[in-house]
Parts: sequence; C-alpha cells; structure tokens
Amino acid sequence: MEAVRFDNVKYSYREDEDTFAVNGVTLSIEQGEFVAVLGRNGSGKSTLAKLINVLLEPTEGSVQVFGMDAADPDLTFEIRKNTGMVFQNPDNQTVASIVEDDVAFGPENIGVPREEIGRRIDFALDAVGMQAFRHATPNRLSGGQKQRIAIAGVLALLPKIMILDESTAMLDPRGRREVMEVVKKLNREQGMTVILITHFMDEALQADRAVVMHRGEVVMDGKPEEIFARSDELETYNLTLPRAAYICKKLRAAGMPVGEAFTAEELAEEICRSLQKA
Amino acid sequence: MQIVAKGLTYTYDAKSPFAAQALRGVDLTIDEGEFFGIIGHTGSGKSTFVQHLNALIRLTGGSLQVGEFDLADKKCDLRALRRRVGMVFQYPEYQLFAETVEKDVEFGLKNFQKELSDADRASAVAEALETVGLDYESVRGQSPFELSGGQKRRVAIAGVIVTKPEVLILDEPAAGLDPLGKKELMELLHAIHGGWCKTVVVVSHDMDEIAENCTRAAVFEKGKVAMCGAPADIFRRADELAEMGLDVPVTARCARILRERGIDVDTNFTCDDFARKVIALWEKGGEGRAQ
Repeated sequence: MEAVRFDNVKYSYREDEDTFAVNGVTLSIEQGEFVAVLGRNGSGKSTLAKLINVLLEPTEGSVQVFGMDAADPDLTFEIRKNTGMVFQNPDNQTVASIVEDDVAFGPENIGVPREEIGRRIDFALDAVGMQAFRHATPNRLSGGQKQRIAIAGVLALLPKIMILDESTAMLDPRGRREVMEVVKKLNREQGMTVILITHFMDEALQADRAVVMHRGEVVMDGKPEEIFARSDELETYNLTLPRAAYICKKLRAAGMPVGEAFTAEELAEEICRSLQKA
Repeated sequence: MQIVAKGLTYTYDAKSPFAAQALRGVDLTIDEGEFFGIIGHTGSGKSTFVQHLNALIRLTGGSLQVGEFDLADKKCDLRALRRRVGMVFQYPEYQLFAETVEKDVEFGLKNFQKELSDADRASAVAEALETVGLDYESVRGQSPFELSGGQKRRVAIAGVIVTKPEVLILDEPAAGLDPLGKKELMELLHAIHGGWCKTVVVVSHDMDEIAENCTRAAVFEKGKVAMCGAPADIFRRADELAEMGLDVPVTARCARILRERGIDVDTNFTCDDFARKVIALWEKGGEGRAQ
C-alpha cells in the first residue's frame, strides 16, 4: 500500500513570492519503506516532512497519506495521528516531568481510555528500550535517551509512519547509534514506514532508499549504494560521499582496481584484494 | 597564551543528593598556536573543562593558568580574561537575541570596549561579519531570526570573534550543519587561526574532523585526560578508544583491519593521506612484480 504520495507539490513560505521551498515534488513512498532524505540545509527536506503531516498545506499540487487527501480538513486529525514526527532538539520535545507522563501526553490528548494508555506506555517504552526509566525525570537523561523518549511519545499514538527530522543531529555518537537501532528495529519488526531526514551519510546507508533534494526538487532517488556511486552528481548538490567511498574513489582515480566500498570493513576488503593482486 | 591545568577537579551540585563529580584531576597543557581538539563522550567532563578556561565555572580544585591569568587567584581580572578568551557554545544560534544582526554582533564589543567610537565599532562589526563570510551591508539591518540556520551560526560566531580573542574555544561548532557547511566552518576557523587568534580549542564528537584539523587532541574519560597527543597517535590506539565507547575515524577502523591482515598503513588518518599511503603501497607492490 502507498503510504505517502506527492503529486507535483509546491510550497512557498511567502504568498507574494515565486520562491518555492518545495518546488514540484512527485514522490511515492510504500508502506514499510525506510527512506532517507538527504540534501543541504535549505534544500526543502523539512518542508517536505511538514507537508506530510499537514503542519503545512501545499501551495499547489496534492499530498495523500494512506489515500487520505491532506487538503481535506476533516482528515487532518486522522493523518496526524498516523504520522509521528520527531524533531532535532530533544529538550524541545519534553512536556512532562516524569517519563511515563511524557509518553502519555499524546494518547491523553486524543482521548484514549485510561487502561489503554497504560498498555501503550508499556509498548512504547519497551520498543525504545526505556522501560527502566519509566519513573525517571527526562531532564536527567542523556540526549540519546531523551530522543528515545520522544520516539516513545510518538509511538504511543500508534502511527503508521515515523518521520525523523535530523533527530540524531544533536546527539553524540553513542546516542546516534541508540536512536538508529530503535528506528531500524521499528522498521524491521513492526513494518513502520520510516522517513529519516539526515546529514549523516552513514545513516542514509542503513535505509532501503535515499532521496536527494536540491532547491526544493527531488533530484536523485534510489538505493543508497546507487546514489553514492554517482559521486560526481552528488557533488553538484553539495553533498559529500561517505568517507570510505571518498577514499575508494581516490584509489580508483590512481588506477587501483577497487570496487565500491561504503564502510571501513568493505574498504579494507577492497584494499586487501587489490594489494594481493598487485 | 599557554593554558596549563594541573589536578583540576569539579563537582556539580556539591553537597546535594545529585552531586556529580565531573572533573577528577585534569592535567593538560595547551600551547599557544595549537589547533587543539577535545574528545570524549557525553559526561566525560570536556564541557566542564572548557568552561573553566574563561572562568564561566570558577576554579574549586587544582590549578589553572591561562597566559598571565592565574584562575586560582580570587583577584584575577575576569573581564580582561574573558575578552581574550572567547567561547562559542553549542548551537550558539540559540543565543541570538537582538533585533538586527549588527546589534547582536556588537553586543560583546559594547560591553568589553566601551571606549570605542561608533565608527570604530561599526568597522569592527563589519570585519567580524566579513570574516565569517557574510556581507555586512546586506545583513546588518536584518533580523538574525530571518537568516538560514548556517547563517545564524555565523552571526553568533561573529558576535564572539568581534573582540578578537587570542584563544577561541568552540563547543561542537559544526554540529547540525550539512557536510559542506561543516567543511566551510572548519575552513573559517583555520583562516582565523594564526592571525589575532593564536589558539583554537574545539570540542568535537566527529573523529574525522579531529584527524583532519587538529595539531593535538586530548581524550577525556570519566573526568580525566585519558590520552593526549597528535591525532595520528591517538587514533592508532583504536582499541582503547572503542573500549571507552568512542568512535574512531573510518581510516583508523580500516587501518586496524588491514594491520590484522599484515598490511601496515602508516597514516595520519586523514582521508587524503590514507588514500595516498595505500596507493604508494600498491605502486610499490606493482614495481616489485615488474622486477
């Protein structure tokens, strides 16, 4: 089933101008896909995300979420319930002083019965591995833990799509790993559709599909490995290769017979093989 | 200004149930002229340490000398110290506050150098903005909140460098920027470094950034300096870093696997150098075969 469909969508932050933050995007995301969205700051990634859960309405074109038309005000609520969004700054997404109250905030707002809320908190905290912190105070947790609580708060609404808008940007490497593990698990085990906006190329490599945005348009769309193999094109959009791929490219340019490599392990493998051949 | 810390200790919320010892005896010397990196995971004490350097946190244990300033001395002239040791916090754009870019950038100057004439102040602001790559005339009257994320950060940095501090400390200056933005920011720091700014100290989680930019680096672990030296020497100890829960650059991970297979790549762990050394090994192998 199609989770998200964009048909020639344009969005402008200023009504009086012809500058579009999203400029004619046509895009289809299937249920269960894990899609990374790449692009420079200001390329329209976050605007795209906000159009999905109707935080913004398109200036032109149409957005559909699970077949529901985002332009229909009667469906706005239903769409938002199904599209959870996690933002960049963990400190801006905490509303309560106790973890379980924070997770309960969403379901309470949509009128979920009390007993059901308890079950949802259990489910959500288990899913992000934070059950042990149920009665803790969010402001004494690490950044990675806070983001996992933010994800749990979204999960408690039982969404079908999870959008992460640079949710790992403010975390240290350990926090980033924690969040990525949780996201991958949700995608694999629960079939959650994941849209991950990121500047970290190694995170994009963990997705099924990568979409590159440039000046409001989708300019590349494919498997992450395919995208990174088109390095010259990527460069024109001011994106960099994962470092292993960059080194690989240099080696190839010098005539070394190395194939594609995206991780340190793959790179070591390629170097080993070509040195043995020499 | 040379920075010398000896036996530095610090405890947050001392005498409360939440007391947490952040520094447990830090010994560290940063020489004038260095581009110094500070590594360590969250809670290792690195931010607590750098906040000592311009007395945002007052010394409570051990000794700290920053140039001629003795931070243990109660009569230490903090105003003079802070003018010469600039601090850029994490996500400094969150601290923008004024109506216009010009007013925001000149704020520090107005506080530190009250004697400056309007014309001198304006030219200092213009210079700071040009240094961070913004056009003074076109941004001076704009609200800082209308700028893009990358521009906001530049304005915030301009607000610190406008007083031309000799030591510039930056806590995760490139965090959250896109890859090109990161690269531009590091280039900006290198452009400042060596002029009026003698010493740069960067706190970073990005090991590749440290390998590519720093003369030396210190690894903080549990409130102490666990390693200190050239990035090449630090990243050669990849196993120990992994034990501390830290990442190592891609090049160091790759070099470690190659070493296990009997291939020694003698590199400083920047991508370009690593590629060069591997190519040299390959060419040598090729020659050997030709003979």
